[in-house]
Amino acid sequence: MIDITGILSYITGFAIMAVIYAIFTLGLNVHWGYTGLFNIGIAGFFAVGAYTSALLTTATPDPLLFEDYIFGGNLPALLGVFNLGIDLWFFIALLAAGAVCGLVALIIGFITLRLREDYLAITTLGIAESVRFIFLNERWLANGSKGLYRIPKFLGDLVSPQNYVYLYLVVVVVVLVIIYIAVEQILKSPWGRVLKAIREDEVTTAASGKSVFSFKLQSFILGAIIMGIGGALYAHNVRFVDPHTFDPLLATFIIWAMLMVGGSGNNKGAILGAFVVWGIWSGTQFLPGFLSDPNFRYVMIGLLIVAVILLRPGGILGEERRISRPVQPPAETTSPET
Amino acid sequence: MSLLQVKEVISGYGETEILHGVSITIEEGQIVTIIGPNGSGKSTLLKTIFGLVRPKKGQVLFNGQEITSMAPETIVRKGLCYVPQSSNVFPSLSIHENLEMGAFIRTDDFRHRLNEVYDLFPDLIERRNDRAGTLSGGQRQMLAVARALMLDPIMLLLDEPSAGLAPNLVTSVLEKILGINSTGVAILLVEQNAREALKLSGWGYILASGQNQLEDKGENLLKNPEVARLYLGG
Amino acid sequence: MAILNQMVRRLPPRWTAGYSVLAGFLILLILSFLPVIKLELVVNGLFLGAIMALGAIGLSLVYGIHKFAHIAHGDFMTLGAYVALFLLGMLFPRIGLESTGLGPFTFGYPLFLALPLSMLVLAAVAIGLDVGIYRRLRRRGVSNVVLAMTSLGVAIALRGLVQVIWGGSTWQYPRLSMPFYQLPMGVRIPPDNLFIGALALILVLALYLFLTRTKMGKAMRATSDNLELARVSGINTEHVLWFTWAISAALAATAGVLLALFQAQLLPIMGWRILIPLFAAVILGGIGNPYGALVGALIIGVAGEVSTQWLNPAYKTVVAFSIMIVTLLLRPRGIFGVRE
Repeated sequence: MIDITGILSYITGFAIMAVIYAIFTLGLNVHWGYTGLFNIGIAGFFAVGAYTSALLTTATPDPLLFEDYIFGGNLPALLGVFNLGIDLWFFIALLAAGAVCGLVALIIGFITLRLREDYLAITTLGIAESVRFIFLNERWLANGSKGLYRIPKFLGDLVSPQNYVYLYLVVVVVVLVIIYIAVEQILKSPWGRVLKAIREDEVTTAASGKSVFSFKLQSFILGAIIMGIGGALYAHNVRFVDPHTFDPLLATFIIWAMLMVGGSGNNKGAILGAFVVWGIWSGTQFLPGFLSDPNFRYVMIGLLIVAVILLRPGGILGEERRISRPVQPPAETTSPET
Repeated sequence: MSLLQVKEVISGYGETEILHGVSITIEEGQIVTIIGPNGSGKSTLLKTIFGLVRPKKGQVLFNGQEITSMAPETIVRKGLCYVPQSSNVFPSLSIHENLEMGAFIRTDDFRHRLNEVYDLFPDLIERRNDRAGTLSGGQRQMLAVARALMLDPIMLLLDEPSAGLAPNLVTSVLEKILGINSTGVAILLVEQNAREALKLSGWGYILASGQNQLEDKGENLLKNPEVARLYLGG
Repeated sequence: MAILNQMVRRLPPRWTAGYSVLAGFLILLILSFLPVIKLELVVNGLFLGAIMALGAIGLSLVYGIHKFAHIAHGDFMTLGAYVALFLLGMLFPRIGLESTGLGPFTFGYPLFLALPLSMLVLAAVAIGLDVGIYRRLRRRGVSNVVLAMTSLGVAIALRGLVQVIWGGSTWQYPRLSMPFYQLPMGVRIPPDNLFIGALALILVLALYLFLTRTKMGKAMRATSDNLELARVSGINTEHVLWFTWAISAALAATAGVLLALFQAQLLPIMGWRILIPLFAAVILGGIGNPYGALVGALIIGVAGEVSTQWLNPAYKTVVAFSIMIVTLLLRPRGIFGVRE
């Protein structure tokens, strides 16, 4: 007998993760696709968003379970003013996750966005690593390596536990749609047009008086907010976060692969890429032999990135980003003969 | 048979076209100057001849051989050397090392040639172990040309050798070029200091908007009142 | 005072930088003798710095000549260490080469065979990657950011490869436990470290001679200065680019093997973990300047070790990273870099 509910629930679980990753990819698209910011520290925003939401919604730390962090503590109960109950509190937690990420992006961006693009990459990597170290070693912050569990379900009481996956799928899809529409609108606005001008010709745009730095900073913050929300949704899906969750492979590199595969500079491409790559990722567990070795997935993601850049830099849906067209087209030079 | 023939060359960067069908000819041992307003494509022409820019149409023939799509590394082996306008020395290498790099593809002992080149540019000898980045503008231009001479070329392409130099240095650089030419090296010179350059040229071309405008003996161009008004600053 | 200023101004900028670095180390040394800083940490830091220097020099060369940030450099080190592991742990024993404890060292003479072989393998891998990947992208004229991104993919794939073949657990080279040398002031030095320091010194010297006395070495410096002019002079810059890969990969392989020796363990993330300090060292020393990278690596090494006196050792990377940020903000060209 085919276990239909089992399959359905598996597919839904898959879809939830794909949608959450799609949100991250949209955020990265704002950074890289629209602004050319080479951010390989996504894991940092992922972690901050997830932890912020978790800390704001998880019950008081229980010393019996060796939980010794000092944040959290059922804030909705403490702040009697906001007697909204846990479900409405979730929206606040979600927005707070985005806001905190935005704040972090503001600080980091202010210091580092004037750097050349490739320096920015190393810097964002370093920051993500530092964030991870801090969460790992400062146990008072978020329980260190033991992590936070018992993160509550959103609207958990509305449906039975077996059907909860479907509800959560609806939730994340709604958030994705909102973010997608928001990003598309922002990019069509005058602000978005300046961003496009910067992408096409930074020098001229700067000369016409627009502060390139300030636009890059705003874009950095926007992408970070989106990533923070993604992190929060992740936390409430998996309901457990610890520093090891934010391994760069699953929290940064896979998202890059998703954007490259789908088509950078293209929001629909970002979403498509997320589904495709998450499909490949999940699918490999069913492959025979060493191909299902979890370590092999590293090789796969790496090869995917290289292959896309080499063979189809535009990704599946094509791109509007300058990966295949350098900003300054090179002179048709003759190649050095080897 | 002319030494260098450029036939109806169309070339540019990316999708932009800068040269719209330019033709020039240079005979052995000749000095030819190309003048014209900024943006007329003079530098692009030299780069196209030397293989740094691939022409979209047209031909370049050197010593009877077609070099139109060849790479600079290959062209240089045929006896044609190029001196860019700027970034034309290796700043962190010493003068001596710069000249060594100029002689890189020589298979013989280059020291004989080195001495000949030092004879032509005695100013370079005393600072030969200094880093090229510490040289003055005039010395740098000397070194740039000296580097190109290390291969004993039949012809030199010079892109504005007097650019950015004080007037007295302009004269001495151009005189040096005349001296090099007298040893039998043909010279194709692109110059902003049009008047000075035309004085020593056998032949001159005027390039504007990526096209040939006029060509004549150097001295005739100088005497031509239209030329004087349009291109020599009256 | 004014005379001192005048003298300083007349010195070429590299000299003043060199003197300040030397002064910095002297100050550190003095502070170690007064018990403000543990001398052992400084010494350890210097040895770790020597290892990092071999990695940083290669990284700096690639940055200066290929003009992009080679994110896979740490994983080159990892691969080098594991290739040597394969040789020392699996291949050599099968053909009877199996000794440990050469003199006061923990390793045996097979290491002297494994190391050059590992260097060769990495050089081949690097050139192979260039022919298959980077050269194609170069011909397309892609930006250096795209090249860096590609190297990110390569890094991930390499690390995955190591993990698939050797698994994620810890390995060691065949070794014999050996006593440390006891020096005054509570400094203990494992004899292995002396070998590490000596080898690093020899390689740096060899590189210096190569870059200043050989034709190809000078061609590499010329290409680093101005690739187009190098082509114009007739230099085959593709060959220069390959030489650069070969040398920096070989140095990275050595760094990986020495790191495995120093830490007495191998982990698939060993190279990735050290990548940020490597970049910090390169930026601190001045991109494209191998000697700057050497000094930068020593500084980062010592700073990291000394910081453990007050900070959690896990924060060493954060210390290196902070130094990098400060450098980028205050003096982006690095200690020995020239103003563009």
